[in-house]
Amino acid sequence: MINENEMKLEFISKSNNEAFARITVAAFVAGLDPTIEEISDIKTAVSEAVTNSIVHGYEDKLGIINLKCKIRDREVTIEVSDNGKGIENVEMAKQPLYTSRPNLERSGMGFTIMESFMDDLKVESVLGVGTKITMKKTIKEQQKEEIVTLEEALRG
Amino acid sequence: MEVKYYSQQKLLLFKITEEIDECKVKNIRRRADYEIERFMPKRVIFDFDRVTFMDSSGIGMVIGRYKQAAMLGRKGRTYKFN
Repeated sequence: MINENEMKLEFISKSNNEAFARITVAAFVAGLDPTIEEISDIKTAVSEAVTNSIVHGYEDKLGIINLKCKIRDREVTIEVSDNGKGIENVEMAKQPLYTSRPNLERSGMGFTIMESFMDDLKVESVLGVGTKITMKKTIKEQQKEEIVTLEEALRG
Repeated sequence: MEVKYYSQQKLLLFKITEEIDECKVKNIRRRADYEIERFMPKRVIFDFDRVTFMDSSGIGMVIGRYKQAAMLGRKGRTYKFN
């Protein structure tokens, strides 16, 4: 039987919710027993996607951000979507170090980080309508530690 | 964030202890700019040893402080990445 789970979260585009979003996703995938590095990668990718919606999608105005998580077996799919202004040129936006708001000290690394830390990234956007980011990551099966009795350990 | 100024070495140390994301980075940046202007140090060090989370907003902040320090003719250095 395949392990399946799903959740949906909706919140307003306030910066405080960047931390809330990544902690929520981390909590949701915790059941897959990810490594610290895997959790950290997912949290960072979520943080980047949510920040993009807040800073670029809504340009610091208030709007709604949708966060969906699906677990199927050991694959996690995370969807971050907004009804913000949309991306005019997705390929240009995905280029490392490119930012449409250089005066804000943005590093322009958001998409690069999402692409590096997740296994898959899809960006769908329509100008004036909104943007949807879909990212996937497969959590590796951890090697189970061998349980050894004291006698076995002493025997060496 | 803890701030220490070593007057003899003219060194300004920023010990960041909170998570660094787009929300938190605004306060860090504001405080860092204020203290750099206040002390006009020769060297600036950012200590990330106690930072538990950082996304690309942190990268933007560090690069921004490097640029700012360079404009003032100062040397910047990052220290202790987790």
